[in-house]
Amino acid sequence: MARAAYQRGDDVAMKQRPSAVGKAADYLDQRTSIGVLVKELARKVFPDHWSFMLGEIALFSFIVLIASGFFLTMFFDPSMALVRYEGEYPPAMNGQLMSAAFQSTVHMSFEVRGGMLMRQIHHWSALIFIGSIVLHMFRVFLTGAFRKPREINWIVGLTMLILALAAGFTGYSLPDDVLSGNGLRIIDGVVKAIPLIGSYLSFLIFGSEFPGDQVIPRLFTLHIFVIPGLLIALIALHLFLMVLQKHGQYPGGGRSDKNVVGYPALPVYVAKMTGNFFIIAGVLTLMGGTMAINNVWNYGPYDPAPVSAGTQPDWYILFVDGALRLMPGPGFEWVLWGYTLPMNILIPAVIVPGILFTLLGTWPFLEARATGDHREHHVLDRPRNRPVRTAVAVALFVAFLVCALAATNDLIATHFALSIFAITWVLRVLLFVGPLFAFFVTKRVCLALQRKDRELVLHGHESGRIVRFATGEYVEVHTPLDPQEVWLRTQHTSPRPLEIKPAMDARGVKRKGYRSDRRWQRLSEFFYEDRVEPATPAELAAAHSHGEHDAIEARTPAGVGQGTSGPRTAGPRSTRPGGTGPGSSRPGTSGPRADGEGATGPGEEPRPGSKG
Amino acid sequence: MKALAARRHHRLAPVVLLLLALLTTGGVYAALAPSTAKAETVSTADIETGKKLFQANCATCHGANAQGTEGVPSLVGVGAAAVDFQVSTGRMPMQMNGPQAEAKPPQFDKEQTAALSAYVASLGAGPAIPTDEQVDPTQGDPSNGMALFRTNCAMCHNAVGAGGALSEGKFAPALWETSERNIYQAMLTGPQSMPVFNDANITPDEKRDIVSFLVEQREGSAGGNALGALGPVSEGLWAFAIGLGLLIGAAVWIGAKSS
Repeated sequence: MARAAYQRGDDVAMKQRPSAVGKAADYLDQRTSIGVLVKELARKVFPDHWSFMLGEIALFSFIVLIASGFFLTMFFDPSMALVRYEGEYPPAMNGQLMSAAFQSTVHMSFEVRGGMLMRQIHHWSALIFIGSIVLHMFRVFLTGAFRKPREINWIVGLTMLILALAAGFTGYSLPDDVLSGNGLRIIDGVVKAIPLIGSYLSFLIFGSEFPGDQVIPRLFTLHIFVIPGLLIALIALHLFLMVLQKHGQYPGGGRSDKNVVGYPALPVYVAKMTGNFFIIAGVLTLMGGTMAINNVWNYGPYDPAPVSAGTQPDWYILFVDGALRLMPGPGFEWVLWGYTLPMNILIPAVIVPGILFTLLGTWPFLEARATGDHREHHVLDRPRNRPVRTAVAVALFVAFLVCALAATNDLIATHFALSIFAITWVLRVLLFVGPLFAFFVTKRVCLALQRKDRELVLHGHESGRIVRFATGEYVEVHTPLDPQEVWLRTQHTSPRPLEIKPAMDARGVKRKGYRSDRRWQRLSEFFYEDRVEPATPAELAAAHSHGEHDAIEARTPAGVGQGTSGPRTAGPRSTRPGGTGPGSSRPGTSGPRADGEGATGPGEEPRPGSKG
Repeated sequence: MKALAARRHHRLAPVVLLLLALLTTGGVYAALAPSTAKAETVSTADIETGKKLFQANCATCHGANAQGTEGVPSLVGVGAAAVDFQVSTGRMPMQMNGPQAEAKPPQFDKEQTAALSAYVASLGAGPAIPTDEQVDPTQGDPSNGMALFRTNCAMCHNAVGAGGALSEGKFAPALWETSERNIYQAMLTGPQSMPVFNDANITPDEKRDIVSFLVEQREGSAGGNALGALGPVSEGLWAFAIGLGLLIGAAVWIGAKSS
């Protein structure tokens, strides 16, 4: 518009000349039409919740990783050539023989300005990066955000987790110290345990018998080039899919599978994300500046002989180390036709992580099949409403925790004055019993919470007020829930186990595919056998029309019984003006399943399919 | 010289030479051999006091003449260093039966400990208490000490001496608080589960290097708080407790106004 005025030579418009920024933007826009994209993204609506920021923590700690890693590559020498360290500090290293990789690590820590800080920021960021990825995945899993249409993005995310683990492990090994060398030796052992190709694979990786003089340069290439390159590409895909499919949202009045309720990206999220980036970078710098991490000069340059007490991997590999420590040795090394099959290594180091990642990778498809669900989902589940899924997540967490504790068995033994053998046996039992117990308890807790929701919706909050009727009957007054509360507790559907066609058709002929159907039905029964039906509108109406209750409510003073809380806004821009949702309806009258179609309020964005 | 040369074929010459050789060897040995130098001069009175203390406090288990009883070792020949280590760290007299005798505030003062050591040393020769010079960390080389520690000690005591677990509830203690003299004595005498590192295995100078390395570790970490020097497990715990704790706190704060 400004340009048009400029061309017309309008005097008034001439006075308001476009600013330098405006001109630059215009220059760019004329050549790239980027304005369309900016406009689209700037008006993009995102729902808001703290748990949606876990992925953001991962993204920003990755940026910190790239920045600090760039600094480190300037001073790191990825070579296994033997050199002698000359330097006054640390005194314990002076004059020692070591690889150039180790020497340059110590050198950059003590002689390069800011080197120690950057190394420590990099390592802390790596721990936080993977930690936030795992927490983010728990959020996605527990809220069912992996369901259609986001299965692909779940797989992309899982791939990134595996890449992040690989990035962590390759980076951890680079300084070529005793601690990481021990870890590398375990990897070597695991690789060699793979039947038939193991020893060939090990020689391929190390270029000779372990440790050789090839592995550090190879890990370096993987660590600074291949893995981060793949990660950046996948992050771009992950974010693109997130924008394309729009972010899921927690249930609430006015939110449906056909809209997104939240704030626009500009200015709200741009401000929030920028702020969060600086908070994250600040916390990571603070940690790097005040908390020592991975002091490799304490462990010394790598030498295959020593293994010091307290040798553990970084936290995200602890579960594999723990599984290895829990696995009994004798009796699991099978010799078949002259070939050794070391199940004592294959089970904990290959099969256990294999089960974990296979389960995570196939879960969205398994669950969809067991639910018979082909719908798109944009409203997230409350974890309690899917008891089996939530219980599986908790069971996985418990199994992870037991394995991680097993990897720290020596520290537990010394710090709590326990016998290390006793710890091992307790954890061996717990590895099997713990997840089952956690599954059972979590499932029951979820079902109980659902029942409590039902109870609350139908009968209201206990008010503690006891009323006596003229007839002598005592009744406790219950305060009805406000419409938002009712919506939250009744908006979901409770899936039923699959129903399949009978084994015989009408003419008594065995039906093809029955057995497969029956198997899926069994899985479905496992998921949805125990269920609590959310309160229906009819039940709500019935619960509220008890003569006595109405009588009490009529008699109670204003502000206690009656729906004092008419339409309530559930945060910014979420209630539609004159909408059809529960926000404006009396609980139980119109039923909570009214769809959010129609009136598209400010800050609401229709989903692609719903535009009609 | 002429006189000497004249008599070199004397039939007693080999005998004289042999005597001279023996004298030289003996003299050199006396000068260079690891001295069983006594830190304090021991008198018979000390030994008598030590014997009384022993009979009152130790004989129940170790026997009236320190000959040992079933399951309890004889102390004949363990030397003053062993007694000084066990008693001055409070491990002996043992408080209770357990996987291993644990350190506690010492029960005897310096003189009583010295008397006990003198008494046990009088029963049979054994390693003596090291001199102050032998355990002086400033005279050691921490770099060599670390290399030795890494190959001989770190598998139980952790890379910087933070301690570690052994089987059946036994453990290698942390060495942060252990005195230089006690570290040296432990290597020399191998208390409890610890192996003996005698002077042929790790020479006195090397022992001092190790002491020097361990003392240097007490100065703390260059990178900030050492977090117990326990390695990746404590680092992971802190990453979650402090790092993710703060970041999730910030996320809750940022997202607080909505949903």
